[in-house]
Order: sequence, then C-alpha cells, then structure tokens
Amino acid sequence: MESTIRYNENVVRQFALATVVWGVVGMGVGVLIAAQLIWPALNFDVPWLSYGRLRPLHTNAVIFAFGGSALFATSYWVVQRTCQTSLFLPRLASFTFWGWQTVIVLAAITLPLGITMSKEYAELEWPIALLIAVVWVSYAIVFFGTIVKRNVKHIYVANWFFGAFILTVAVLHIVNNLVIPVSLTKSYPIYAGAVDAMVQWWYGHNAVGFFLTAGFLGMMYYFIPKQVNRPIYSYRLSIVHFWALISIYMWAGPHHLQYTALPEWAQSLGMVFSLILLAPSWGGMINGIMTLSGAWHKLRTDPILKFLVVSLSFYGMATFEGPMMSIRTVNALSHYTDWTIGHVHAGALGWVAFISFGAIYALIPKLYGRESMHSIKAIELHFWISTIGVVLYIAAMWIAGVMQGLMWRAVNEDGTLTYTFIESLVATYPYYMVRLLGGILFFAGMLLMAWNVWMTTRAVKEEVPKPAAAQEA
Amino acid sequence: MDIYTFYGLLTVLMLILFLGIVAWAYSSKRKPGFDEAAQLPLEENRDNSNHNRREDKDHE
Repeated sequence: MESTIRYNENVVRQFALATVVWGVVGMGVGVLIAAQLIWPALNFDVPWLSYGRLRPLHTNAVIFAFGGSALFATSYWVVQRTCQTSLFLPRLASFTFWGWQTVIVLAAITLPLGITMSKEYAELEWPIALLIAVVWVSYAIVFFGTIVKRNVKHIYVANWFFGAFILTVAVLHIVNNLVIPVSLTKSYPIYAGAVDAMVQWWYGHNAVGFFLTAGFLGMMYYFIPKQVNRPIYSYRLSIVHFWALISIYMWAGPHHLQYTALPEWAQSLGMVFSLILLAPSWGGMINGIMTLSGAWHKLRTDPILKFLVVSLSFYGMATFEGPMMSIRTVNALSHYTDWTIGHVHAGALGWVAFISFGAIYALIPKLYGRESMHSIKAIELHFWISTIGVVLYIAAMWIAGVMQGLMWRAVNEDGTLTYTFIESLVATYPYYMVRLLGGILFFAGMLLMAWNVWMTTRAVKEEVPKPAAAQEA
Repeated sequence: MDIYTFYGLLTVLMLILFLGIVAWAYSSKRKPGFDEAAQLPLEENRDNSNHNRREDKDHE
C-alpha cells in the first residue's frame, strides 16, 4: 500500500471546477452571438454586447478559460500520478491557478470594452499578455520540476504531450506578442505586412496544434487507458505519433493565408505539411480507439468512455477535414465561409470539449472522494444531447459554407457576379437557426454537467471525510 | 551547391531522421521498457507494483 505519496489535489480541484464554470460562461456567450447573427437586435444597441467584441470573448473563454483550465487540471493530475510524486513547488502551482483566473477576468473586462490587439486568439493587450507569460513560465517550472523529481524510471507518453504543449505555447505566445506599447491599453506588433500575418498564423495554427491538440492528446493517453483499465494499444506508435505530430504541426500555419500576399512557396509549404499531418493525427486516433479492442462492451455501459472515444472520432473527422481544406483549390471555395466555422467546432466541441468532459467526469469523483458522479444517467444524457448538438452544428455549417462559397464565385456570362453578398446572407439564415439549435443543445449539456458536478461535490460535505491515505491507495 | 540541392538533401535527411525514430521505437530492445512505461497510468490501482520505481521504498 502506498502511503508515502501525498499528491497535491487542491490545485487540481480548483482547475477542475474552473473548467466547468468557464465552460458554462464561454458556451453561453457562444449561444448569444449565434443568436445575434440571426437577430442583430440582441446586441441591445450596447457597444459592449456587440458581436465584434463578444466573439473574441467567446473564443478566449472556451479555448483558454474552459480548455486551459481543463489542461491545467489534468496535466497536474497526470504528471503526479504517472511520476508517482507530488507537485514541484505547490505554491507556484497555486499561483498558476490564481494568475490564470486573473487573466480570464481581465479578458472578460477588456474585450467587451473593445481593448484588443486584433490578433485572432491573441487579442489580449500587452499587460495581460505579460501576465500570461509569467503564469505560463511558472506552469512550465511546476510541470517539468515534477518530472525531474519523479519516482519512476520512465516519463509516461502523456507527459511528453503535455510537456510539448507547455513548452511550445510559451514560445508561440512570447514571439507573437512582441509589441511596442504606446499606452496601457494599446500596442503595435513589431512585425509588419505579410510578416505580421505569417507570425500571427504561425502562432494561430500552432495554438490549434499544441494548445488544442497536443495538450488534449496528453489527456487522451492517460484517461482512455485509465477508463478502459488496460494499457495504450501501442506504446511504440505513441512515440512515433509524438515526434511526427510535433515536428509537422509547426509548418502548417501558412494554410490560413492561401491566396494572400504571402509568397506562394510558403502557401504550398503550408499545404503540403497540412496534408502530411493526416498521418500522425490518424495514427494517434487509431492508437486511442484500438486501446478498447477486446473491451468494446464497456462502451455500452460507461458514458465517460463514450465521451472519450467519440472525442477521438471527431478528432479523426476534423483532422481529415483540415488537410482537405488546406488544399489550395478546396480552400478557394471554403475560405471566409462558415465551413471554416464548422471545421473549428468539429474540433473544438467534438474533440476538445468531449475529451475534457470525459476527463473531468473521471476526475471529479476521485478529487472529492466519491465512488462515482452523482448521476451516471445525467452523464449519459449529456453525452447524447451534446452529440446531437455537435452534429447539427457542423452539418449546418458545412452546407452553409459550401453554399456561400458557390454563391460568391458564381458569375454571369458577362462576367458580373450572379449574387450580391446580402443574397448569400439571406440564404444562410435557415442554417444559422440549425446552428443555434445545435449550440443550445450543447450548452444545455454543459449546464447538466455543472449541476451534476455541483451535486457530486456538495454531497461529500454531508459525509464523514475519509482519511487521505485511504483515498490514495 | 545551389539552394534546390540543399532542399533536396534536407528532405532526404528528414526522411532518414523519421525512419530512425521509427526504427528506434520499434526495436525489440526497447520493448520491455515501453511495456513498463505503458503500465504507469494503471499502477496506482495495484499493490506491489514497484517494478517501475527508481529505488525500492518500504511498503506497508
């Protein structure tokens, strides 16, 4: 019986609860702005509620507040358990929690005020960006410090993915935020023109590749084996997966700038690397799904496993769609349409949110010394309504996007455009309604999860707390 | 050497590097170590699973 290791669970608990809270907030804002696209009056003529200001609030809240908190929670949990040691510098870990929450609150204040760097997914102005850098370096110190003081020989593959995510995001964030401040709330990038665009999308796509992929793959490599109770299908494949994924992702960014002022060789480079990316992405997906081989029946009864495995299916879909959309001729149709929005949400809702839901559902009972979540049925219901929500969302955006692309490029015999822009917008309304419905379903699932987590954590207070050692064993 | 020869050689080098990683990962010498590592997420549930530890610690 292990009674020597005392894991730091407080910071994991804090981040796990923050994940749920910010999930509700971020997805709620998402539903509001989806409705604004149909009924613009929903901004109530208040500048702070206008679409252009709330949209970055939505993206920041779901990616960095919801997804970020989930990554902090799971990485702190996984690194301790698989290294069989407690966190390095627990007080610094606690600082990363309060620092990260401060960043989120500052974002929620400044973005509606219109204070922004106008760089997608890097909107926060320089004082906040500086705080992010400090929190992130602290995170790296805690994480890698814990790996250094590990009590086991190997560094488990999940920690490789978490480590790559932490290291790369530090580099991306710092390089993309090199700016010259002109006041407390305004700064200008040191880059100009096409270079600025390239740096931004080198950052932007690697934020997808490392924040939204590598980090969550770390989650996948721990929580799927754990939930199935058998080791990963192929540890060898996971190593090839890791090195191939991280070295290829870094070069895919230029596909965001097809047919722009970026040199054509750079556009082609981005396209080629995006196409190659299919191989490691699917390698990882297959590795995760095949872990279930021989234990498929568990899928029938365990809704947490459903979340984890279906997240991989969406990951496979999104990582097939992505390379396809990076092909220049396909991109000519898809770019600037709602197809892109559909693609992003296939990844963000289907992959990132689903694997986070699964991981948090698995963690919460352990963190609060409970046998299981308050209601397994509610998890099952959450799974189904969010699956229907995602499918409605992405199917609506696919159709809307292809339709928009075709309408925008249609020309008459005399060379004039067949449709005005407003005609394509009018044609899109029905799909915006379907998307809103999908979003509401997904948001309802999130609320159900919040209730379930609340009931699970609340119930523990009524019981006699078990001694810590008994929980750890 | 012009720049295109350099690109070509670089591509070949990267391919060799990739094949090297694959050969390293799939060599039978590494298998026992990897099997051990793959058990790490499952260890906390099991008693007497100290074969992964750096040094033996006293168990109750």
